[in-house]
Amino acid sequence: MLDNSEGYVTEDGRKIGGVVMEMKNITLRFGGVVAIKDISFDIREGEIRAIIGPNGAGKSSMLNVISGFYVPQEGEVWFHGSKRPPMRPFEVAQQGIARTFQNIALFEGMSVLDNVMTGRLSFMKTNILQQAWWKGKAEAEETENREAVERIIDFLEIQHIRKTPVSRLPYGLKKRVELARALAAEPKLLLLDEPMAGMNVEEKEDMSRFILDVNDEFGTTIALIEHDMGVVMDLSDRVVVMDYGKKIGDGTPDEVRNNQEVIDAYLGVSHD
Amino acid sequence: MFYREAGDFKTSYIADSQTFPIKFDRYRYYVVLAVAFGIIPFIINDYWANALLLPFLIYAIAAIGLNILVGYCGQVSLGTGGFMAVGAYACYKLMTAFPDVSMFIHVILAGGITAFVGVLFGLPSLRIKGFYLAVATLAAQFFLVWLFNRVPWFYNYSASGQINAPERDVFGIIITGPNAPAWATYLFCLIFLTVCAILARNLTRGTTGRTWMAIRDMDIAAEIIGVNPLKAKLTAFAVSSFFVGIAGALFFAVYLGAVEVGEVFGIQKSFLVLFMVIIGGLGSIFGSFAGAAFLVLLPVVLKVVGVDVLGWPTDIVAHLNLVIVGALIIMFLILEPHGLAQLWRVAKEKLRLWPFPH
Repeated sequence: MLDNSEGYVTEDGRKIGGVVMEMKNITLRFGGVVAIKDISFDIREGEIRAIIGPNGAGKSSMLNVISGFYVPQEGEVWFHGSKRPPMRPFEVAQQGIARTFQNIALFEGMSVLDNVMTGRLSFMKTNILQQAWWKGKAEAEETENREAVERIIDFLEIQHIRKTPVSRLPYGLKKRVELARALAAEPKLLLLDEPMAGMNVEEKEDMSRFILDVNDEFGTTIALIEHDMGVVMDLSDRVVVMDYGKKIGDGTPDEVRNNQEVIDAYLGVSHD
Repeated sequence: MFYREAGDFKTSYIADSQTFPIKFDRYRYYVVLAVAFGIIPFIINDYWANALLLPFLIYAIAAIGLNILVGYCGQVSLGTGGFMAVGAYACYKLMTAFPDVSMFIHVILAGGITAFVGVLFGLPSLRIKGFYLAVATLAAQFFLVWLFNRVPWFYNYSASGQINAPERDVFGIIITGPNAPAWATYLFCLIFLTVCAILARNLTRGTTGRTWMAIRDMDIAAEIIGVNPLKAKLTAFAVSSFFVGIAGALFFAVYLGAVEVGEVFGIQKSFLVLFMVIIGGLGSIFGSFAGAAFLVLLPVVLKVVGVDVLGWPTDIVAHLNLVIVGALIIMFLILEPHGLAQLWRVAKEKLRLWPFPH
């Protein structure tokens, strides 16, 4: 069904654009352990792309490769049509790739507002002297970015906790604040590492709604890892399936669901 | 009862992010400023200046500086004494080399030179964290003191190895040396403290402060959302050392007048300022003031109560001081790691509701 043409139209009528990010033959090793073995896939503009697989399949490692935290031994990462040289994670972030973490990685000592403001870092142009003086440029910049942050806070419905220190928040809200921080960067590509881990059904539904809304309203390209198959199949446009570091399936949720290798990986099959 | 936020609405983001968002706080701040600048200079005498006010003002600057590094950026430093020595010696060299230049410029330049040295010794922080970084800064402490002791150029080849502040003035008013009037030295230090505190507050509430706190709270996550750890840590070292250097320059030139480096800027000084930050409150500008005030006041109060009122021997009181400070450090670390500033915050939250807590 999918070819290499410039995009496609989903069943619900959303237009998916050309390739934003392409992983070419990525291999990642930790000493003797091969975490990712010769995997290639692409992410198209405006789509929700899921990476699934059993525990230890290498999904999180894959996300870490995309966000620059791990440098693969072999293979190339192409972003917006050019090959990405090896770079530090903060440089990747400045290119427009934001992410959330499997174990919440918020700044516990700061308020929700400060956490989300930190996400706006790439829009902050004033130097340290201007900030020390505050009046003038730094204040204007702060106000401008505060407005953008407040829009995101409204969008994710966390107005009531904006001044609360993050350490006092319950788990579900922390996940939402983390999403807000990633969104504040206005990313071209948003990586979500198990956004629904440890949530109850209601919180999962909320989070799914937010993910769909983000994709819908801002047109953000999203790549996510998730274990809840029902959620993945409902949310995503295309799915990559990994097992033991290898890619065993790639396609629409329906194609993946009927792929024999995928069924074997999830249900288990005797290898003989 | 004393403390009301109701009706104090913010209609702009600028008003919401100001330093004292609550009206009551803001007015109290103006009152404190008015008393400090408008009343104290007229009633000050030498005893008050030398026993309490000057050390408080100068230690508060040093504590703000160290708080930026330890409290905001999470980089433990035991080199404060050494960096204060850099400020003092830089100020001394500048004062003797350019006698006609204003003391303001000497002190600021001394801060700048210390900032540069601070960045140099901050470089290891890019590789090592926590305990190990503390040891690395400890090396800076001992190295700097050794350097100022052993290289005669720093103390202008004086026979005693000491540095003595020559008489210098600002706009014709003598600031350093034995003939400086108490009110002038007080005002000079107060101006530096006020400006330093405002600058520190502006930095910590803005972008730079957020990158520091991000590094402190979770450095890996900070880097992944776009914080350049090199820049964040080195700016923290630079800004921190700048303030500490100013404090060192004032401590030597305005407060003591003569300095023997090992005695004045030894490891004890590093610990004293660190204790101020811990007792006052990590990550709080107000805490730096509170900690400095507390540790400057404590020995004076103990002496007045112990020696003058109760008639105890002086050495017992001096030792009691050490015991109390040690016990307080342990208590604060266990019970309230955010120090006096947090106690103050809790008290304010309670006052907001008092006398109707439900």
